[in-house]
Amino acid sequence: MKSREDIKIMTPSTKVLVAVMLLGLAVTFYRLGMGLGASTNLNDSFPWGLWLGVDVLGGVAMAAGGFIIASMIYLFHLEKYRPIVRPAILTAFIGYLLAIIALFLDIGQPHRLWHPAVFWQVQSVMWVVAIHVILYTTTLALEFSPMLFERLNMPGAVKTVHKIIVPVVLFGALLSVLHQSSLGAVFLIVPGKLSPLWYNPKLPFLFLVSAVMMGLAMVSLETNLSSRVFRHPVDPSIFTGLATISTWVIVFYLALKLFFLITGPGLAAAFNGSMEANMYLLEMIVGVVAPLGLMVGTKLKENPNGILAINILVIAGVLLNRMNVCIFGLYRANAATGRSYFPSWMEFAITAGLIALAIFIFKMAAKHLPLLSPDTGSAH
Amino acid sequence: MSKAVLIDTTKCIGCRGCQVACKSWNDLKGYKTAFSETWTNPVFLGNNDFTRVIFREATKPDGSLHWYFAKRQCMHCSDPACASVCPVGAMVKMPEGPVVYDDSKCIGCRYCMLACPFGIPKFEWEAALPLVRKCTFCAERQALGLAPACVATCPTGTLLFGERDTLVQEAQRRIRGAPGKYVNHVYGQNEAGGTSWLYLAGVGFGELGFNTQVPKEPLPPLTWNYISHIPHVIAGVIAFGVGTWYVTRRQELRPRPPAAPRPRPRVEKEDQP
Repeated sequence: MKSREDIKIMTPSTKVLVAVMLLGLAVTFYRLGMGLGASTNLNDSFPWGLWLGVDVLGGVAMAAGGFIIASMIYLFHLEKYRPIVRPAILTAFIGYLLAIIALFLDIGQPHRLWHPAVFWQVQSVMWVVAIHVILYTTTLALEFSPMLFERLNMPGAVKTVHKIIVPVVLFGALLSVLHQSSLGAVFLIVPGKLSPLWYNPKLPFLFLVSAVMMGLAMVSLETNLSSRVFRHPVDPSIFTGLATISTWVIVFYLALKLFFLITGPGLAAAFNGSMEANMYLLEMIVGVVAPLGLMVGTKLKENPNGILAINILVIAGVLLNRMNVCIFGLYRANAATGRSYFPSWMEFAITAGLIALAIFIFKMAAKHLPLLSPDTGSAH
Repeated sequence: MSKAVLIDTTKCIGCRGCQVACKSWNDLKGYKTAFSETWTNPVFLGNNDFTRVIFREATKPDGSLHWYFAKRQCMHCSDPACASVCPVGAMVKMPEGPVVYDDSKCIGCRYCMLACPFGIPKFEWEAALPLVRKCTFCAERQALGLAPACVATCPTGTLLFGERDTLVQEAQRRIRGAPGKYVNHVYGQNEAGGTSWLYLAGVGFGELGFNTQVPKEPLPPLTWNYISHIPHVIAGVIAFGVGTWYVTRRQELRPRPPAAPRPRPRVEKEDQP
């Protein structure tokens, strides 16, 4: 295949993307040169902030669509979803690359990012997370490689990847399940600090289930948007199919959350008007209750644009959940040691720059790689 | 045997000699500090202070206002959360007692700061390549058979250096020996599963600004409980994945009407219109 001439590079929206990316790049240089104190509002009371809550925790959860759709095709043989497997894998690949960039900028010694690969510490959840990031990004590169090989006209390489794709996808699914849940396990060490509205021993499982919700919503959203932007028709039954699976996952998640709320801090804790209670309610209404009500109670589910609106709610809700666990749920305990935290404009600038970079890479891939062309389905 | 320090806060006169000795011995940078409302100085423990004396006003049971002093520093937990969470093993609990930090391994992820129930590790925020800083329990002095610098300096005998088991007994003996002088609580005996630094106080530890919500069990088992189950998850996911693949593939391989053949990979024809 060749690059798609109909996808123009310098559209007005792309110019905005490039501007946001350039600002992010400038701030990146400032952060690397001057350090975290100069560029962020992080402090000894709030060691973790926006970059970890949104860019890393949120970004990785968004990437869950890659392993879900790949498993649906290669392990469950649900051929209907084959047209969206490549965008899903690409999104996951981009998501992990961005999470790595965010981690690189967030840690104090970026040049030592590779240390966990050498200095093993199996008792540490963070080490487990690091190893998963390394292995899964490699796996995603392999799952992504046929798009590149086809573009470079290397059918032999495509065939070779195709031969091992089933075990590769299984390995990727395994790593994803472990990685998503490990990110929840990171917070098991702070029982006295994290509000009981979020803290419970099954946090890893809740992270996994909500990542599946987020992943399905992301795949559906990005399929919808790219089909419009790149004028690429998609079978509507793909959207309704994903929405049906999504509904069941959300029902399951709601049941889990209610169970842990009632058996944990009690139902009243969510309605006592405190900052934590309000954030909890906001997260649950935006990401769980409203999407579920719209899926079940309205006809929105019957058309792709209705589903688009629901997907945006789910994504916002799970993002809120990650911010609640990483920032708001810990706020009271952290602030008790004397300081406060609100992200600096530079923290926002880098987060915005990374999101712009993700959209830009996706667009370039749609233009130059066999990502959305009609015959992609038969490639492997 | 594991070394420990017992701090009897009722003996402390707030001279801050321990702070000065700590700065000198560890060669920590001096900077312009400020007093808190109750005359604690510095207001926050920073990356250039491994210790400071907390000054607190509290009401005694007889109604009189009293000024209390409590030296704070790393508690050197017996099973430290910081060491368990560190992804590169930069934090290590030595059998001799100190929790020490290897700054050549540290990647600066600050998980230790999040995990510490006492809020002790501090970060060099102002540096371009920052590291974590905290009290070392003068591990290098201990290796030479010396007491920590703060203990060696204390003029009132507030700080008692010795074997942990012995010091726990000594703390209990003092509580029993002087009823009314101490609250019946040795802070650090059970906090976070036990720490190498132990405290006695005349008022409740909450009034002295200590975190009394710290769990009484060690923290690392909380995450280990997850990590140790990873092999089960691996087995489960592989069994489920292979099983589903096998079952759904058999369904797919069933004979079908010739009108609907299964699409075959046709990579070679990629360039055809």
